[in-house]
Amino acid sequence: MDIFDIIGPVMIGPSSSHTAGAVRLGNLARNILGEEPEKARIILYNSFAETGKGHGTDKALVAGLLGFLPDDEKIKVSFEEAQKLGMKFELVDGGARPDLHPNTVEFYLEGKGKTTRVLGSSVGGGRVLIFSIDGFKTEFSGEFHTVITIHKDMPGMIAQVTTYLSKRKVNIAQMRVSREAKGEKALMIIETDETLPERVKEELEKYEGIYRVMVIGGRMD
Amino acid sequence: MRINTLSELINLAEKRNQKISSIIKEQNAKEQGLSERQLFDKMEKIYQVMKQSAERGVFEQVHSMSGITGGEGYRLWLWQATKKGLSGSNVLKASARAMAVSNINASMGKIVAAPTAGSSGIIPGVIITVAEELKKRDEEAVDALFTAAAVGQIIAKNATLAGAEGGCQAECGSASAMAAAAAVELAGGSPRQVGHAVAFALKAVMGMVCDPVAGLVEVPCVKRNAMGAVQAMLAADMALAGIKSVIPPDEVIQAMGEVGRMIPEQLRETALGGLANTPTGKDIKKRCLNNL
Repeated sequence: MDIFDIIGPVMIGPSSSHTAGAVRLGNLARNILGEEPEKARIILYNSFAETGKGHGTDKALVAGLLGFLPDDEKIKVSFEEAQKLGMKFELVDGGARPDLHPNTVEFYLEGKGKTTRVLGSSVGGGRVLIFSIDGFKTEFSGEFHTVITIHKDMPGMIAQVTTYLSKRKVNIAQMRVSREAKGEKALMIIETDETLPERVKEELEKYEGIYRVMVIGGRMD
Repeated sequence: MRINTLSELINLAEKRNQKISSIIKEQNAKEQGLSERQLFDKMEKIYQVMKQSAERGVFEQVHSMSGITGGEGYRLWLWQATKKGLSGSNVLKASARAMAVSNINASMGKIVAAPTAGSSGIIPGVIITVAEELKKRDEEAVDALFTAAAVGQIIAKNATLAGAEGGCQAECGSASAMAAAAAVELAGGSPRQVGHAVAFALKAVMGMVCDPVAGLVEVPCVKRNAMGAVQAMLAADMALAGIKSVIPPDEVIQAMGEVGRMIPEQLRETALGGLANTPTGKDIKKRCLNNL
């Protein structure tokens, strides 16, 4: 751990997992949607559902969806901020789900043109993991620069994307691929050491067979 | 950091005749590709957040989201300011500030996790008070934070800083040890004395469980922050007085980690045992769930 993980981060209390981690989850879901969420249905599971309110988890999740960072003092008044910014949201108690991590949330987001469904957990010390996007299994933290594609499962798709990155001198730290079924839709997650090219989303979305590209910009605090 | 144990760090500091903070700054600057100045500025910002939270919490009655706790830092500060108190003004100030930060934390205010949000009051409480008493400039207090961070890093490597893994000894205990280390360095103690202070603080709370009522970072966390600050102050004084830990500091850290693994799950942040499982604790939980 970095010394600033030991003395730090600067954050809004009271809990790194239930508050700071919840803000990060909201932030990641917003990035995955790729635009301002206009409507959000937020389902809390397990400990998030049980002790979430006392920890301000509900406010933290909404704050994250609005794009606030974990040290923003407006987190406390995020419900009011959401109203000002015109984001409608609904919080739902999902109850106990032993198959999921103790601190889990599921977002159903609607923007102007897009919708997405994101499931993620706060796994301790403010670190988070996204476990599924639109039903695809994933596992990434958002601490690296991350690019995610949803594409047609066919030969050459992965090579196309990795070539694009290597030509721009971006080194891949980790990558994972999953698919609905052979020849159907597939999802690829690439975590990189370097900052991603500015127009990566637009440029990759031009490729045939790539339906959607999501970009997450590394650690947010 | 290449340094894995306190004894490595202390030996290096002695060999080079440097403070622990100087070594840590130099090493981390190299690792992170920053200048020592940039690294210092980063820590300076963190120290300012600590000071702001401690100050607000002693002059304002800050209440938690749930309403279970609030105003403890304010009350103890008022007590030391108006009455003489029994514990001496530095101990009272340090513990009032520790609870003040903890109150801010529970109210969804801005704090520095040091090492965690639940134990965030101890280090600011001790460092701000010691710096004030010894008339140290902010720069020296910021340097002491590097020493505290180094101790935390070594504890993280050889034991744990997470209540869910090691109980409260890993959170408030580590914070107390880190604060004691910082206090010794601020007061001009030797690197070896820093090590002894770490050992005293951790030995005092060996086995302390994490049993938060209703799972919230309030009861007993706010008051344990006060106690952690007191023990850090005393541990620093004991080390500065030349008292030595019979068990070497690194062995104490190892033991803390081992004890942490022996603590049953019910007493590791799950809110199933200890104070959380008392009749009053359970009652508070019921009320919390209904009210919120």
